Amino acid sequence: MEKQGKWQYNLLRKKVHRPLSRKTALPLPAERNVASADPLPPRAAWSHDGTDATLEISGDWRRDGPEVEITGDAPAQAPARYQVDSLGSYDSTLPAFLLARFRAVTPSPADSDDAPSFTGLPDNLRGLLELALAVPEESDTRNTPQVSSDLRKLGKISLQLWASVSGLANFTGQSVLSLGRFITGKARFRSSEFWLTLQQCGIDALPIVSLISFLIGLILAFVGNVQLANFGASLFVADLVGIAMVREMGVVMTAIIMSGRTGAAFAAHLGSMKANEEIDALRTFGFDPFDFLVLPRLLALVLMMPVLTIYANIVGILGGMLVGFFVGIEPELYWTETLAAVDLTNASLGVIKSVFFGAAIAISGCMQGMKAGNSSAAVGEATTRAVVASITAVIVLDSGFAAIFTLLDI
Amino acid sequence: MKTAPSAPASTAKIAVRDLSMAYGNFVVMHDLNFEVRDKDIFVIMGGSGCGKSTLLRHLIGLLEPKKGSILYDGEDFTATDPAGRGDFIRRFGVMYQSGALWSSLTLGENIAMPIEESGDIPANTVRDLVSYKLALVGLAGYEDYYPSQISGGMKKRAGIARAMALDPDILFLDEPGAGLDPLSSRRLDDLILRLRDSQGCTIVVVTHELASIFSIANNSVFLDTATRTQGALGNPSELRDHSDNPAVRLFLNRGDTPPSPS
Ligand SMILES: Nc1ncnc2c1ncn2[C@@H]1O[C@H](COP(=O)(O)OP(=O)(O)O)[C@@H](O)[C@H]1O
Ligand SMILES: [Mg+2]
Repeated sequence: MEKQGKWQYNLLRKKVHRPLSRKTALPLPAERNVASADPLPPRAAWSHDGTDATLEISGDWRRDGPEVEITGDAPAQAPARYQVDSLGSYDSTLPAFLLARFRAVTPSPADSDDAPSFTGLPDNLRGLLELALAVPEESDTRNTPQVSSDLRKLGKISLQLWASVSGLANFTGQSVLSLGRFITGKARFRSSEFWLTLQQCGIDALPIVSLISFLIGLILAFVGNVQLANFGASLFVADLVGIAMVREMGVVMTAIIMSGRTGAAFAAHLGSMKANEEIDALRTFGFDPFDFLVLPRLLALVLMMPVLTIYANIVGILGGMLVGFFVGIEPELYWTETLAAVDLTNASLGVIKSVFFGAAIAISGCMQGMKAGNSSAAVGEATTRAVVASITAVIVLDSGFAAIFTLLDI
Repeated sequence: MKTAPSAPASTAKIAVRDLSMAYGNFVVMHDLNFEVRDKDIFVIMGGSGCGKSTLLRHLIGLLEPKKGSILYDGEDFTATDPAGRGDFIRRFGVMYQSGALWSSLTLGENIAMPIEESGDIPANTVRDLVSYKLALVGLAGYEDYYPSQISGGMKKRAGIARAMALDPDILFLDEPGAGLDPLSSRRLDDLILRLRDSQGCTIVVVTHELASIFSIANNSVFLDTATRTQGALGNPSELRDHSDNPAVRLFLNRGDTPPSPS
């Protein structure tokens, strides 16, 4: 109790001296009491005597102390002798410093035949250094800094880009093959997995889809009304909201919600299965992991996306209707106006797109999960990449559709 | 370096010929040559990180060899293209180092799934098979537990039960005893011996636990990290005292200065 009080007192008075290092510090030379004395700066001084070098070490070597001062020229070989008479207290910084000197002069101690000299070092330091030098540094495990020119970097980036494009093409191709096996009745997966996923990316997503689409409808109507009211054409808010929702906003917002929700969930689930060797276990029982894991998710999302999109469209139009009501458009009138503006072609465009978006999200999510690394950090990375990849895919596909529809004049 | 006794290919359950394994350009092991006889308990031993799991993954076809081949009953497994390996793989049971139980399924479902998918099997039979397999490994009544709800030792045993689900011909176990207390580890060894005797399957075990090695293995291969190839082949008790490779004697004597071979 008393001791603890003292420590705290110490901690408050002298911020530099954290009592923590007491526990972890190496056995200290008996003659110096650390807690009482002010630390001296650590010094290392080289002196040369013919070919032999002596390293004089002095001061207090502490992790939280000042940086070491080195004087004299460092020799090309390891020191032959050490001088430690005025060495104070030290923690691991000192052996780490000495080891780095060894590594600097003899890159691979195994190559030099004679054992390094530790003459003059205290026993515990000698023991630690012997331990650290006992196994030669594995030369191929250290990351050697790459000589990197701009050209090399460009080449590397191109190769990575190519690898990710061909990886995506490969995965999409495999999904199509898997779909083919499903249609011919050869694919095996657990139907319960399919129903569960269907629920997760269908009913479970309804609240957030409702909220977002309602607000989007609301916003569109507000912004539209400000402009249209200038021309006394407030009624056309219904046209604006209707067409914008069913062609673009309904499906794109749903796709973005599902990227963040379901695409991420797919990647996290498959990624942790990968890390836990569960996917390998499927393989050794003869289950095709593609049919077993990717196919039910792909099917579920492709089935649910159009349903969610139609739902989002309707909710969005209701949001617009609410704004319309406040600016004096009767809901009945609003509804007839919407029906007149939104024809079947317009309404079906969003729904058609939703099928492709669903496939893109499912494929991105599953792909990132399946190719995740074998650690928990890798699962996190895979999740992030899945969200980024699926949102990008959705937007890119949408631009593609916009171009095609413009060309076809729809 | 010893090479495998040159028995005719047909008598060996598994024959590994000139196998080299690599991740990209990093060669893990090269020129492995050994055979596993029918109904043997064959141990793959060696230090941590020497490539035992990698060898196991080659044996079950999850990784492709850089060079060499693996034969089962004289039939070339590695020359068969991955799609046509179903006949081989159906005869394997594998317990992975991490257990690899499907975490979204209960223990019962974990074992039932391969059984259900193996054919049109009545639900009652499946249920009985599942409880029988769990009872074999001492987990009777744990059908409804999820993998996250049981201890490490139980996961390993459940992993073995799942590996046994389809009555495999060859059982591969990756470090069954690692991370278990001595008693559980011992019980697992007994289980492995009994399974071999009563089920009559060939068992390949990856382990570096000496107690386990001496009590279960008939035959073994030692993977040597220093030379990146196999250091010895034979019965571990004999290798301990008579191997001509000092690294093997050192390993099997737990680093004590080994007596020189007599
Ligand atoms: N997926 C991988 N990619 C690259 N190197 C790997 C991979 N898996 C394992 N290694 C390396 O291969 C070596 C053997 O690993 P492993 O077979 O897991 O060893 P162990 O004998 O402990 O089971 C290790 O050096 C490890 O770093
Ligand atoms: Mg391993």
